[in-house]
Amino acid sequence: MSASKADAVVATPTQPPRKQAPSGARRASKPPRKPSGIVKSVTPYLLVAPAILGIAFLLFYPVVRNVMLSFQHYRFKQLISRSADYVGWENYQAVFKDDEFWEVTRRTFYFTAINVVAIMVISTLCALMLMKLGKTMRIVVLIGLVAAWATPVIAATTIFKWLFRSDNGVVNWALVKLGFDYEGYTWFAHGTSTLTVVTLLIVWQSIPFATLTLYAGLTTVSTDVYESARLDGAGPVRIFSSITFPILRPIFALVTSLEVIWIFKSFAQIWAIAGENGPINDVRTLPVYAYQQGMSLKLFDMAGAISTITVLILVVMLVFYFRQMFKQEREADK
Amino acid sequence: MKARTLKRIPLNIAALLVFAVSIFPVYWMVLTAFKPAKDIQSSTPKFLPSSISFHNFDTAVNTPHFWDYWRNSLLVAGCGVLLALVVACFAAFAVARMHWKGRAPFILMVFIAQMAPWEALMIPMYLIARDNDLLDSLPMLTAIYFVMTLPFSIVTLRGFLGGIPVELEEAARVDGCSRFTAFRKVVFPLLAPGLLSTSLFGFITAWNEFAFANALLLNKPEQRTLPTWLNSFSNGLTIDWGAIMAASTLFMLPVLAIFLVLQGKVTGGLTSGAVKG
Repeated sequence: MSASKADAVVATPTQPPRKQAPSGARRASKPPRKPSGIVKSVTPYLLVAPAILGIAFLLFYPVVRNVMLSFQHYRFKQLISRSADYVGWENYQAVFKDDEFWEVTRRTFYFTAINVVAIMVISTLCALMLMKLGKTMRIVVLIGLVAAWATPVIAATTIFKWLFRSDNGVVNWALVKLGFDYEGYTWFAHGTSTLTVVTLLIVWQSIPFATLTLYAGLTTVSTDVYESARLDGAGPVRIFSSITFPILRPIFALVTSLEVIWIFKSFAQIWAIAGENGPINDVRTLPVYAYQQGMSLKLFDMAGAISTITVLILVVMLVFYFRQMFKQEREADK
Repeated sequence: MKARTLKRIPLNIAALLVFAVSIFPVYWMVLTAFKPAKDIQSSTPKFLPSSISFHNFDTAVNTPHFWDYWRNSLLVAGCGVLLALVVACFAAFAVARMHWKGRAPFILMVFIAQMAPWEALMIPMYLIARDNDLLDSLPMLTAIYFVMTLPFSIVTLRGFLGGIPVELEEAARVDGCSRFTAFRKVVFPLLAPGLLSTSLFGFITAWNEFAFANALLLNKPEQRTLPTWLNSFSNGLTIDWGAIMAASTLFMLPVLAIFLVLQGKVTGGLTSGAVKG
């Protein structure tokens, strides 16, 4: 593409110079406006300038500020005096020496892994099921999925707190009816049970997007391929592993990496469920840990270091995601 | 034929199970909202309404500042998304219709911004807001929602613009329209559905946002938005679950309405933004 030319829009070979003539004729009827070349070459930059300014000030500046913060001594005193000294790698050294940090990091990775595996397995099964269902049942399932998808996160956390109430929650009632000893069980008193509720919540909310995306991918596979495989005697497992999965591998990879990123940085669900009255110290993941260090303990410098580490881990995941995305774009272009 | 119907039974049972699990929390919220207090507190839950009461909605609507929260949420989400839409429209036009140096890096920047780790930026954002005396201020939150929804808006509008043939615009310009008039009279009407669905998706994002509203609007109760209020409402000491479920139902209504408006576009729109760009 001849983007280097100032007037590339007109100069591309697919557009013969016929465009010049009418626009010239139109200009002639008005007072002569000479520097149309400069105006044209500046226009795209003027059009993207507001977007660039917005992203620079409200996204890149906070990222930079975060990195700066992680190299400063910035606590409650500095918050008041509004001036802070640089202390080099001190905060990072303190963070890496802290057992708590390693515990939280380990928990974040486990938490992400369990959620993503659950989401991908259930969504794949749901998408395959949608392919086989009749029209009415398919619409019924889609209505259910959209209802879960449309629920705002904070409405969902509120509902789940109510579902898992110890005294009159419907989940305990159902578990007791099924013969389990859950009479008056306090879900939000222990770390593991609270994380179980958070996991159920996140899986419940994430399945619609993953299922519908995978289902959209499945519908693009031609049915002839399945027919001939079935004629050759392949069973459903064989068909999935040898045909469906290889064809849909790019979409699987994309959805998986998106879910990994989304769940790794999830904050609202954990904070809303356990932030104020719950066992937050036993359920916190990296973003929650950073927020807590900053807002509750006023250790802004430590929060900065933890957030920067979190961002760096996410960058590694993002690189993987972008590689998948561009690979798929190239394949789509073929 | 009979064997096929038999084979379908487990499949349909599985489908009903997925439906039930997906919709139950939402059903339970709405049901609780309409239940009289004695039904909510009873130790055996009632799965069908015995009598419908609007008492819970009455309690929710009459909590202090209830309408302030609605006004704040609408204002913050509405202004943020509108701003994002205008700015994204300019940028998407430059990306889809013009050739210029730096176009590819710009697109890459938008993609990166779309995946921004906002959840890890609350502390620096809090300090920035504090340094500029913008804590407890709705404009600050509006600005954040603007940048949060901007990348997605640029990506989807670029996709929609790409679907409108350039020839239409060229024809208008041959007929003597300026570039701007051609855009306004030819492209804009065709782009309107795209603008609508993009803005509605952005609106949902901003309407539901909790983390920044929670971190930046701490001190003045009348300056809060609905999600932060709803969360603190359900963390109180004496918890009126009927009123909370009524408030959650009201809070969810606009989002549900938007999903119904968008229907088929829901999957297409989100995936074209998130996956293919």
